[in-house]
Amino acid sequence: MTAALRLAGIVHRFGATVALDGAALEVRPGEVHALLGENGAGKSTLLGILGGLLVPASGTMEVGGAHYAPRSPRDARDRGIAFIHQELSLFPHLTVAENVLMGAEPSRRGLWDRAEASRLTRDVLAEFGHPEIDPDATVGRLPIGARQVVEICRAIAARARVVLMDEPTSSLPRGDVDRLFATIGRLSAAGVAVVYISHFLEETRAVASAFTVLRDGRTVGTGTLSSVTNDALIALMVGRTVGELFPRREGRHSDAVALEVAGLAAPGLLEASFTLRRGEVLGVFGLMGSGRTEMVRALFGLARPAAGSLAVGERERPLEAPPGERLADGLGYLSEDRKGEGLALPLSVADNVTVTRLASCSHRGVLDPALQRRQSAERANELHVRMRDPDQPVRTLSGGNQQKVAFARLVHQEADVLLLDEPTRGVDVGSKAQIYEAVARAADAGKAVLMVSSYLPELLGVCDRLAVMSRGRLGPARPVAAWTPQTVLEAAIGT
Amino acid sequence: MRSEWRHRLVRLGPFLGLLLVVAFFALASGAPERYLSANNLRVVLAQTVIVAIGAIGMTLVIVGGGIDLAVGSTIALTGVLCALALREGWAPSLAVLASILTGGLVGLVSALAITRLRVVPFIATLGMLGVARGTAKWLASQTTVNAPGTWVNDLAVTFPPVPWMVFAPGVWITLALALLMAFVLRRTVFGRRVFALGSSEAAARACGIAIDRLKLAIYGVAGLFTGLAGVMQMSRLRQGDPTVAAGTELDVIAAVVIGGGSLNGGEGSILGSMVGALVMAFLRNGSQQMGWPTYVQEILIGVIIVVAVAVDRWRHAQGDGE
Repeated sequence: MTAALRLAGIVHRFGATVALDGAALEVRPGEVHALLGENGAGKSTLLGILGGLLVPASGTMEVGGAHYAPRSPRDARDRGIAFIHQELSLFPHLTVAENVLMGAEPSRRGLWDRAEASRLTRDVLAEFGHPEIDPDATVGRLPIGARQVVEICRAIAARARVVLMDEPTSSLPRGDVDRLFATIGRLSAAGVAVVYISHFLEETRAVASAFTVLRDGRTVGTGTLSSVTNDALIALMVGRTVGELFPRREGRHSDAVALEVAGLAAPGLLEASFTLRRGEVLGVFGLMGSGRTEMVRALFGLARPAAGSLAVGERERPLEAPPGERLADGLGYLSEDRKGEGLALPLSVADNVTVTRLASCSHRGVLDPALQRRQSAERANELHVRMRDPDQPVRTLSGGNQQKVAFARLVHQEADVLLLDEPTRGVDVGSKAQIYEAVARAADAGKAVLMVSSYLPELLGVCDRLAVMSRGRLGPARPVAAWTPQTVLEAAIGT
Repeated sequence: MRSEWRHRLVRLGPFLGLLLVVAFFALASGAPERYLSANNLRVVLAQTVIVAIGAIGMTLVIVGGGIDLAVGSTIALTGVLCALALREGWAPSLAVLASILTGGLVGLVSALAITRLRVVPFIATLGMLGVARGTAKWLASQTTVNAPGTWVNDLAVTFPPVPWMVFAPGVWITLALALLMAFVLRRTVFGRRVFALGSSEAAARACGIAIDRLKLAIYGVAGLFTGLAGVMQMSRLRQGDPTVAAGTELDVIAAVVIGGGSLNGGEGSILGSMVGALVMAFLRNGSQQMGWPTYVQEILIGVIIVVAVAVDRWRHAQGDGE
């Protein structure tokens, strides 16, 4: 049988970063194929190349046995390839029908045929089990779950032969996930090949039959899912056994409270209460949109809290305070959005590392560049940042090294409480291990760490205790040993 | 329900603003019957024509997520060109056509800089602002170009050549073009793609829309309107003046923004922009009637632009909370 899709030797670089280094993928018609790998392994890059968003440096691609080299998403679409993105790519100002049919509009002599568009869209929505969504509603006013439905309907409407799905369930409520799986089943039965990226192995097993594992831009394994165990898959993804990735912890934390949060509420966050002790790593697991990021932002003064109380050490602190005051309280913050708010990309490593505590390398308000360089080099070395020198712009570093620079800033700041939001997002495996080590080192030195993540294995591997955020509410923190991946997912999805 | 109400109120916003301005000057002038007379209305509408035609094109550009700062100098360039062509003895229709097409060409060149050289619209059109102004002065040999009397001179006059027209021909042309472009923006595939581009360029690309070609079309068509605005400018002055219309782009952008256009793209309407142009015209006219010096007008218009955008930001912030 001819493969629906065949890729070999795909190489792609982003500046200094090699995202793909000889990736291969083969998918049969009607097959649901899981593309697995760590953050930063190159999964999304590979889908981007398939979808015509990126042009690879080298490699060969075939669709249905014929040569395929898309220069644009339009080429991909013309060859029957539809892409459902991780970050929703919708037009908030336009209607559902316009969103579903944009690029393939029903028209007569250039006039948009509204009646036909509404009818087509209503059919597709009914097919996907969402007849209640109005084709003429404005997408920007729909709830987030419904928006994703719109995005999936776009692929269904395009009658694609290959559908690429990049974490399509990350913002869907449970009922919609089941509906999505049923639709994937129908697509597959109709001979459509589906390439599926997900963080959740359990979910992957429920929907996919075959798998390909990427690691550091290379294909390191492929086969049928029923023939491998989860541990074997994780070992393939990580490149070493799970035990080697995570640092050994001394695990003796004191009873001294570092951060006490009670009844915290903020936009997107209904209620969060927890106690963080010195020397402890407390993990918070949550799906996208669960309120996990909102909680950290409210804690650090980046979002306005609506209710609650906050004590740092033993001292009660005002609930509303700007980030500058939180910094003075000894809180440190690592943003999930490295490029947008975590780092100043055009500035040097030295500037980025020292910016939260410039007093350490200045005299009476005048910066001492030599001292700044020396201090930042020390911090960067502790975290094994690969760079030429501290004057190098952060922009020129790879994703993993950028993230280590962001972490080095917290170390330099000498923060007592580390608020880490997705500290290993988009980072290669080696850098991940180094960040985990740094987290462990900080905790063993008596700092308190709050680690928010949607990547369960790292939370189970690094944390002492774990709490789950679901629909804006933070559940109770329990020792990591008391959780299994299954119980965490159940708590995260809620009922 | 409340959000539905607010939505309606927001759509009415520009109209309320217009009513407010008209009512204020009608009362403040102490002679409402003079301010609201047919004659004064004629004056205001004739004064609006240039900004309104420019605003039709600018609506297209702004809805598509762009900006065009070269409008004022392109008006000067095409006005000079029209006057030169008439002086050389071209048929008036040919001279007008050439001016309009030149406007389109200027827009295309800006769009080429945006799509090929990957320069942001603000900078690309800022560059074009200088290039077009310089070219206008060069063509006109740094002086005004007198045009012989033809029907082109009657396009934007306050009192139409034939009384049954009531308003200047330019006013009717503006109205017809506004209706046409409103239809194009709302009902054609091209129009919806312009909204899509402004709403999310990444999503538009992912939908297989040829972004670069669409941008060429947007700036090209908008340029045609600017070219026509240049003809109207020439008609009002009865000569081509290479120094005219400096800063008109700001009036045009203000008209679109007052009319509900968002500089982030994806929002705006021709109707709103036309109301916005009227707000600007009534403001200027009212200030003149009150005998206020021009600097007061300038300050007032500056304040109103900022207030209009602040209101826009405010309602967006409200919308996010829903």
